[in-house]
Amino acid sequence: MWSRRSCRYRPDASGLEELRARRREQESALRKARRQQQLVSKRLLREDSLVNGDGQAGVEIGSEPLSEQEILQLLRDVQRGTEERKKLLSRLRQGLQHKETQQKFVRLEGSMWVLIGLFTSSLANVQMEAARCLHELSHSSDPAVAEACLPATSYLLTYLSGHSVEFTELCLYTLGNLAVESDAVRKQLLPQGIIPALASCIQSPHVAVQEGLGYVLSQLLQAREAPTKIIPHVNNSLLISQGMVSTLVLVLLELASMISKAATEGLELLICPVLRCLSNLLAEDETEGCKVQIQDDRLLVALFLFMQYFLQQHPFLVQECLWLLNNLTADEPIFCSAVLTLDLLPALLQLLSCSRMVTLLALTVLCNIAEKGPAYCHQLHQKAVLPSLLSTLALSDAQVVGQSLELLHLLFLHLPEAADDFLSQAGLQALEQHQDNPQLQERVRALSETYLQPAAASLISCAGASAAVLPSS
Amino acid sequence: MLLPPELSVSLCVERPVLPVRPRTPPRAPFCFSPSRLRFHRQHEFFEDGDIHRHLYLQDILTNVTEVTERSKVSEFCCHIVGCCQVFDTLEGYEHHYNALHRNMCSFCKRSFPSVHLLDTHILEWHDSLFQIMAEKQNMYQCLVEGCAEKFKSSKDRKDHLVKVHLYPSDFRFDKPKKAKSSTKHSKPPSKLDVSMPMDVNVETYEQSQVDSMEICPSESMENPTQPVSGPISSLQEKKLYKSRIPSTICFGQGASRGFKSMKKKV
Repeated sequence: MWSRRSCRYRPDASGLEELRARRREQESALRKARRQQQLVSKRLLREDSLVNGDGQAGVEIGSEPLSEQEILQLLRDVQRGTEERKKLLSRLRQGLQHKETQQKFVRLEGSMWVLIGLFTSSLANVQMEAARCLHELSHSSDPAVAEACLPATSYLLTYLSGHSVEFTELCLYTLGNLAVESDAVRKQLLPQGIIPALASCIQSPHVAVQEGLGYVLSQLLQAREAPTKIIPHVNNSLLISQGMVSTLVLVLLELASMISKAATEGLELLICPVLRCLSNLLAEDETEGCKVQIQDDRLLVALFLFMQYFLQQHPFLVQECLWLLNNLTADEPIFCSAVLTLDLLPALLQLLSCSRMVTLLALTVLCNIAEKGPAYCHQLHQKAVLPSLLSTLALSDAQVVGQSLELLHLLFLHLPEAADDFLSQAGLQALEQHQDNPQLQERVRALSETYLQPAAASLISCAGASAAVLPSS
Repeated sequence: MLLPPELSVSLCVERPVLPVRPRTPPRAPFCFSPSRLRFHRQHEFFEDGDIHRHLYLQDILTNVTEVTERSKVSEFCCHIVGCCQVFDTLEGYEHHYNALHRNMCSFCKRSFPSVHLLDTHILEWHDSLFQIMAEKQNMYQCLVEGCAEKFKSSKDRKDHLVKVHLYPSDFRFDKPKKAKSSTKHSKPPSKLDVSMPMDVNVETYEQSQVDSMEICPSESMENPTQPVSGPISSLQEKKLYKSRIPSTICFGQGASRGFKSMKKKV
């Protein structure tokens, strides 16, 4: 099972500010890696270890790097069985927590061969300790070290059908670390039958094994070539027909209920992938005959609960919730209707003053609602959408303003009196500031000419007519 | 499931859906039309979420099956005849049993990591009917799960494993049948003594049964058509029983399957 590393910082750790600075560095390194499509993280199973300030794997207390001579001696002693083999291997394993030792080890001729022999031994404790050594190597940040583990992969796969939970788990995480290492590794793993081997693992009743399995799969899927080589055909239609969608919806509802129970540490990490799954499934190409329809509007409640809860701490989740909300409201009147009748509009309008992407998505959702017709526009108008729109018109981002114009158009189209109210709230002036923007001017003019000027004219003539009716004093 | 009180009321009531106007295409210069969005997996839309996840990954330590599970018990011995290993945790015993006794061939005492490999071994090494049939048809099954290929000989299968499945040519669980184990090695000289049998096996079974990690000169070995000198007696030829534990046998909930003693057979 997972747990955060026991937070025992090294004695010479500096203050909070330095930790924050390191964290920022870490984050920017990750962003850079992602933009280069090289965002990978490995996992490490270890009994216990320190954590460095920069989040890198620490080492056990008392473990030291080994020299080439020491490594040789250890391996010779293990072969001869002069000392208790497990103890010797433990020493090796501790040494292998250090990068220099890892590199020395793989450069020694015959070392990997010996290690693999121990790994395939039927002496259980020797096998386990050798597996741990292999695991440390797989986690190395030096690609040469991880690739040196290649000769072991056929055995790692063979052992996946075994019955020892801890050993199987170790093999899985080792494979996962290797799988994400390079093309070369995957080019070997796939022909060796990793997929069928994993499929047999799925039968295991042990959670630890299933988690390890999830890890390997997720690492495999990160590969650049995954869409073409690893998953030749993503059979979403099959998934959908098996009730995948309703299961995912139920998971989200379950997660939403956990918010009120205050058991929320790391909840966003569970919510995010489910959101993405659902949004992607909803966006499945209709032509393949599997257009997904969700009708459970409790999902709406769940989404708003998430957005409210995570707005301050994890804003990324808000935009991903809105993405799902868009995919739900685009075609399904049930959700559009529920936003209005469940009185969720004020919350949605609040999002119009957040980040650019959030504002844009919220506007898109509002457009989805308005597009459904006069009944919807009427409710939107009643519940004060115009003042919020006037605020967005004051923004400088052309795309945001453009989307606001689209929404205005829909409102005016279905609800002429909205134009009157817009005028009386100085809407025309709000529009005019954009009339010279090439991206916006056509739409500004269209709104103006089609709805606002006629409305203004009729106001004047109404005023005139009513004046005429008044009895002259 | 708990929902905030103000919402739960509305859930009990059947909410009518507001009437919908049929969809019409947008009027120029307006272009909006509701559509379900999809983003490419590398899209920057996912960046913040991905970064958050990886920060978490780099922060965590995956603990090997929580320590609380490994409760110590008073020392006990492995029940298998001839095995004198001692344990103080059930998990330790379980791993030992799985590594050494679970899939063990009762003919030659070799241990295998899986039932599948054990069955293959028994079939090819200890079943004389197999030898007879192998003369006429391809009987050597590929060892990789999911691959249905069959071969005329062990060598052909090994070639297939190496070429197609990129298996090591000295894969430990695919030894061709031989009368004696050879200790010849073709590994290049190294600082480590590679003439030693690399496999570390249980002492009791070590002597004649050692399955060393040497590269077998398989060309000289393979001869499935000849009656093989070995422990197969004419009596055993007639009995095609499996010497592994039948799937119907199980002892206790949560315990590994297996016999207490290896004596009981058939």
